[in-house]
Amino acid sequence: MCTYLTEKIRMDGAAKGASGWFTVTDGMVYVDHPYHACQEHTVNIDLTNPAEGPSARVAIELTEEAALALVDAINKALAAAPPGLASAAGRSASL
Amino acid sequence: MTDAMWAGTVAVTGHEGAELEAYAARPLGSSPHGGVVVIHHMPGYDEATKEIVRSFAAHGYAAICPNLYSREGAGVSPDDQAAAARAKGGVPDEQLVGDVAGAAAYLKGLEHANGKIGVIGYCSGGRQTFLAACSLRIDAAVDCYGAFVVTAPPADFPLTAEPLISRAADLSCPLLGLFGADDKFPSPEEVDVLAAELDKLGKEHEFHVFPDAGHGFFATDRPNYRPAAAVEGWKKVFGFFGRHLAA
Repeated sequence: MCTYLTEKIRMDGAAKGASGWFTVTDGMVYVDHPYHACQEHTVNIDLTNPAEGPSARVAIELTEEAALALVDAINKALAAAPPGLASAAGRSASL
Repeated sequence: MTDAMWAGTVAVTGHEGAELEAYAARPLGSSPHGGVVVIHHMPGYDEATKEIVRSFAAHGYAAICPNLYSREGAGVSPDDQAAAARAKGGVPDEQLVGDVAGAAAYLKGLEHANGKIGVIGYCSGGRQTFLAACSLRIDAAVDCYGAFVVTAPPADFPLTAEPLISRAADLSCPLLGLFGADDKFPSPEEVDVLAAELDKLGKEHEFHVFPDAGHGFFATDRPNYRPAAAVEGWKKVFGFFGRHLAA
């Protein structure tokens, strides 16, 4: 099936795509057919910068288990670091 | 009689004069041939869809698949175009109709065209095939597992896809529907509803629901590929177009 449902989020960071590094401003998460992964449905994550055009995109297609493991790993990594260390609010504080 | 073909990228004029990239294939022989517009699935204008276009040419048709996501930029890879189009809510119905009309006009302008046009689409392209057949004067249409023709999508559905069944009275040509018994979008129940509506309206149609097949059973590059359904399905397609697109 095509679920079409898409979670959109504003992002702040950087990613390396086919044409090099770019600033990431937007993200999308959806469960649907993958483009490349050999599975009928995957959790698809796009990190994009629409202002730089459609090619400013990093695409990830994960199994449900892998996606949940990624969420868990992100949470563990953040929990292990001092609170606010990677926060956008910390940019000026670190100067 | 020759089985040689030409295939490659061409430009066609789509909705509101937009220039679209398209992939076309046609026999090199000089006998008259019908035209087939192929509507790609939601993941976009990919290699598997181009193979479908060549399959039609190998069977004696001039075929073309317009890249419905061409507006996302030239030189952008098809998967990035598909993601960008999705983020914008997909292809508006009106735009789709204009793009299919442009692709059909391209086929009708070819030297050996017999003037007949069929449309076939897969997944979201199945719904769009029904839309095109209710909006344009064409000669045959094949809906391969198109969802949201009968029922509305979920409430938080971000794309511009409304049910089309209320437009069934405008269906301009015979319709072949190929569906999977295990599919949920569309479910066999939805297929039955559409068949009943077309019966009521006296619209010529032929529906097949293949056992042990779900959504996307024609897609040879995906795990849902079901050879038995796909082989039988292709036979139905060529039989149907053979009856309705002959000169």
